[in-house]
This record gives sequence, structure tokens and C-alpha cells, in this order.
Amino acid sequence: MSESPLLQVSNLSREFDVSKPLLNRLIERLPQQHLRAVDNVSFAIPKGETFALVGESGSGKSTIAKLVVDLIRPTSGRILFDGKALPEARGKEFITLRRRVQMIFQDPFASLNPRWRVGDIIAEPIHAFGLAGQMETTVTKRVEELLDIVGLAGRDRHKFPHEFSGGQRQRIAIARALSAKPDFLVCDEPTSALDVSVQAQILNLMQDLQDELGLTYLFISHDMSVVRHMADRIGVLYLGALVENAPAHELFRNPSHPYTRMLLDAIPDHEMTGRVRKPVKGEIPNPINPPTGCTFHPRCEFANDRCKAEVPTLIATTGEHFASCFAVEEDRLPKAAAIA
Amino acid sequence: MSDVLLSIRDLVVEFPKRDKVLTALDHINFDVRRGEILGMVGESGAGKSLTGAAIIGLLEPPGHIAQGEILLDGQRIDNLPYHKMRRIRGKKIAMIFQDPLTSLNPILTIAEQLIETIRTHLPLSEKEARERAVQLLEEVGIPAARRRVDDYPHHFSGGMRQRVVIALALAGEPDLIIADEPTTALDVSVQAQIIDVLKKLCRDRGASVILVTHDMGVIAEAADRVAVMYAGRLAEIGTVRQVVLDPHHPYTVGLMGSIPSLTHDIDRLTQIPGSMPRLDNIPKGCAFNPRCERAFDRCYQERPDLIAVEGSEDSQVACWLFDQEASA
Repeated sequence: MSESPLLQVSNLSREFDVSKPLLNRLIERLPQQHLRAVDNVSFAIPKGETFALVGESGSGKSTIAKLVVDLIRPTSGRILFDGKALPEARGKEFITLRRRVQMIFQDPFASLNPRWRVGDIIAEPIHAFGLAGQMETTVTKRVEELLDIVGLAGRDRHKFPHEFSGGQRQRIAIARALSAKPDFLVCDEPTSALDVSVQAQILNLMQDLQDELGLTYLFISHDMSVVRHMADRIGVLYLGALVENAPAHELFRNPSHPYTRMLLDAIPDHEMTGRVRKPVKGEIPNPINPPTGCTFHPRCEFANDRCKAEVPTLIATTGEHFASCFAVEEDRLPKAAAIA
Repeated sequence: MSDVLLSIRDLVVEFPKRDKVLTALDHINFDVRRGEILGMVGESGAGKSLTGAAIIGLLEPPGHIAQGEILLDGQRIDNLPYHKMRRIRGKKIAMIFQDPLTSLNPILTIAEQLIETIRTHLPLSEKEARERAVQLLEEVGIPAARRRVDDYPHHFSGGMRQRVVIALALAGEPDLIIADEPTTALDVSVQAQIIDVLKKLCRDRGASVILVTHDMGVIAEAADRVAVMYAGRLAEIGTVRQVVLDPHHPYTVGLMGSIPSLTHDIDRLTQIPGSMPRLDNIPKGCAFNPRCERAFDRCYQERPDLIAVEGSEDSQVACWLFDQEASA
């Protein structure tokens, strides 16, 4: 069982229909328009590890998060959790899978119901999945235990979300996710709404929980230093496609894809190491009408005619390191300046 | 002409509530020199943005300046009547806000907005102002500026919109630009471009910038000096190298340690226990004392003022640990 990964995503794609209303299409003779938010993405997460997805706004990070927890369904491709596909599961099996995969959202102000007491928020999954029997006292005990785990006081269960700061609310959101006794957590930018000092508290808490409960994380972020700190493996997304997938340290030591290099070059040097930051050229293109071939070619200084015509696929560069780039494949990229 | 452009002396901003008065800025003192970028960092609610609003005279009532002075070029501007302050706003002091979508008017073209602002401050004809608008857009790095000047804000991406906002701020050729979280709503790659634009403009025009942000990376890249705020007070001010690499105040030390590193492995991030006190619940003495590992008796009794740190030029810290006279 430990051989196969806990989460296996293969050839996942998701399109959204962004066409104008039917009547407009008929009158203006417009075709249907589709936006490919996730484009043939594959990755695997072994049990107990943290896999991070990074990318700019609009790169498809959050769409993948929603697909993994089955909030939306894929257009094509498969997501196997512990060998089973969530969209195909029925009855008891479906409920068990749902319980085992939980999510933490970005905005702790929007993800908690303001009219519910904290205790009720955390108890909802316990009731929904029937985890504490019918006794209200055992539920209360469990809620207090969970609040204690995330660093809040048991009596806080009587309060409302507005009585807490952003960091404390994110702790409540974590307690709610944990109350279902999950083994897999999808964390969609869990700290980007928080101040750095509060972020440090939440990241430390998440690491402690992983150690204690053996959790597996899909961690989504745009902050490269947070990702480096948290992840075992990192996947870099560009316009819905995975362009590089490598062990965290390897990605920073030896970034392969020109886009990854550009992203790393753009990070401000907050440690003042004297690293030279290169200005970024251009912006992410419109996903409704993406460039041909490799979608990064208009911004890439190494692009040639092949890059404009053909779509590259992920190939292994060294061992566990994958990149989808013809320049890497043909070995015509200069060596990258390592950050670490 | 003195080296100091803006001088803040003992500034106190209060918000009267029904039963009590909240002191949001508590005896702030600092200078902004000509041509420098002064970074202001701190957590949400520390008073960073409020300092900017107080300088440009845009405090939301009932908030008001209860004490202290703000001097621009040696002239007091905190007590000016509305119509005089209007002439300073945009002309001498300009502001860049966090969200480029809400700071542009969606139903006017970029040209209309720029021309309006330019003609308010400079004696130019419609045609000359239009020419100036195109120039400004080129200066902030908008490609094909002549063609794009007649576009509406929604035609631009987030990064490009923020460039337009910067162009608007520059329209009156101000001496001081207050940039309130100018890159927070943007992606890292775009953020780097905007920082470069700000730095370049500061260098070319000799304008000063107060850069308000919670992102230490942005500060380290752009600022010359940094002021660290905590609970409405200044905790530390110094050169960027000193504050980032060798912070003095225990709060700054914790803040720096809490940022994950890009270059080396940290097993555990430094964690400052607890959270910043609410304005109605600031402890006696040093506001940081409940969270400070190095607090001693004096910290609970007396409030520390900014004191010069011996050995490091240009740096001041509000912490009793650095009070030489007492320890001598």
C-alpha cells in the first residue's frame, strides 16, 4: 500500500465555457468559446509529503485544488485518491473519501459562517460524518480538543468568528478541517491573507500537525519562499500546464524551465544577499486565446521555431526532475544561476 | 535647501469613540530626506497607512491629528485649511493606493484622467497636456503609449493599471509620493517591474517616496531607510541594511526571523508569541512587552522613546535594552 502514492493525478484537464449567451451567439454569429484552465496536468503525492503548486494569478492553481476535492469535475483525466476516483465513488465509499480529503481556504474572513459559533463550525463535519456518536458531550469534548490542538482555548467555542483575528480564524479553519479526521489536506493559499509574523505561526502549526498526524498536503501558493520552506516537491504552473516538477531543493538549486528561472529571478531579495534580480519580460497571456506551441514562447529568450509550433511535454532531466521545454530537451539552455 | 523634505514631529492621531479615545498614532517622529525611499513596515493595524493618510490630510473623520506637526519643506501642512491643502495634494504630495482597479475611474479613458490631473496642476493646454500624458505613460513603461492612452482602465492588466496610477501620481510633478502597498495586489513577477519603475522615477526626478508595505522583500529591494511600526508607535528606524541584516528591536528581530528563507534551510520559523494588542488595550510601558522575551521591569513601567544606537550610524530604536545611560 505504501508503494502507491496517496494522490495520483493523471492527464487532468478542465475547460470552462466562457461563451456569450446563446442569443448573442446566434445574432452575432459567434462561436462557442472555451477557456482551458487546467491543461493535461499529471502529478503524484506520496503519503506524508507536501506537494506545492506555484504560479501566477490565472495559472490554474485554485482550479486544481477544487478539482482534487471534487468541488468541480474534470473535463478529462483522472484523480485517484488512495487508488479510488472520487467522482466515480458511490454511497459509503464516497462519504469516506469525502471525509478523508479536506480543504483550507485562502480567506479566513469568507470561509467561516459569521452567524455560527466557532464550536458549531468545528462540530459540523463531526456531525456530518457521524464521527462522535450521538452524545453531545463527546462532540463538545472533541471540539475542545481540536481547539487545543490548533492553539486556541476550549472556551473559545462559544465565540463568533468576528471576535478573532485573521490568524486565529485560520486556526479555526484548520480545526474544522481536522475535525473530519482527514489524511489529506488541500491548502489553497492558507497564509497569503496574513501578516508574516502570523504566517510563521500558521506554517509552524501546519508542520507540527503533519508530523503528529501524518497528514499529506497539497499546498498552493504564489510565494516561493513559503513554498520552499513547506514543500517536499514543487510543481510550477503556467497557463494551466505543469511546466516543471522537481524536489523542492532541486528546483531552487537547478531550475530547468525558463519560466521557473524567470519566477525565481523576480523574487525580491529580502535577505540582501546581493543576488541580482532580473526584470521580468511581458505578462501572462490571455488564456482564452493562448499562444501556439509552448505557451511560454512569446516571453522566452530561448524560443525557436519548434517552440512556436509544437507543444512540449514533461520529460525527465535528472532523476526526479521533470520539465516541459524543448530547449531543455535539446540541451541548449545555459546553466541557471542557483539561488541556494 | 535643507536635506530634509518632510518632517514629522510628535504626531498623535486619535479616534474618539463614544466612551473613550483610541490613540492610533502615538507620538511618531521621523524625517524623509530628499530623493530617498523610506520604507514603512509593520503588521495590519500598526498604523502604516494611517501615517500616510495623516501626511496627505486624508484622515477619515472622526480621526484627527490631536498633537504634533507635519512640516513639508519647513512649512507646516497639518493645520492648513481645506482649499490650501488641495493645492498641495497631487502637486507636492501624491498618493498611490494598493488596488489599481479602484483608484482609476472606470468610465473615463486613461487620457481623460491624466489630462484632468495634469491641467489641474500645470498651466498647459489640452493638447500639451495630452502630449505630457503620453510622455508619462512611456516613462512608467507602458508599451505603445500613444495608442493606449485612449483605452479604458479595464483594457489594462493589473500591473499595467498600477503603472497608470503611478503616471497619475507623477502628473503634478510631486516632491513626495506616498505609495500605500503599491505591489500587494500584484504577482511577484509584475511586482518586480513596479518596484523598478518606482526606483527609477525616484532616481531620475529626485522625488522622495514613502513606501508603505508589509512585504520585507519589497522593502529590501527598494528602500534606502526603513521605519518599523508596532501598535501605532515607531519601534525602530534605520538604513535598510541595518534593519534587515542586523535588527535591534526584539520585535524587528522576530519579524525578520518569521520570513521563510530562499537560500537556506530553517527547521522552524521564529514565532513571536501572541498577537499585536488592540488599540484600546495597549499595555503600560513598551507596547511590545507582553510578547517580548527580553522584557525587564523598566519595560512594564516606562514607555521607551527612539534612542540612537551606539555604533550604528543613522539608526534609532525604541527599546530600553539599548539605553546606554541606564546600563552605564
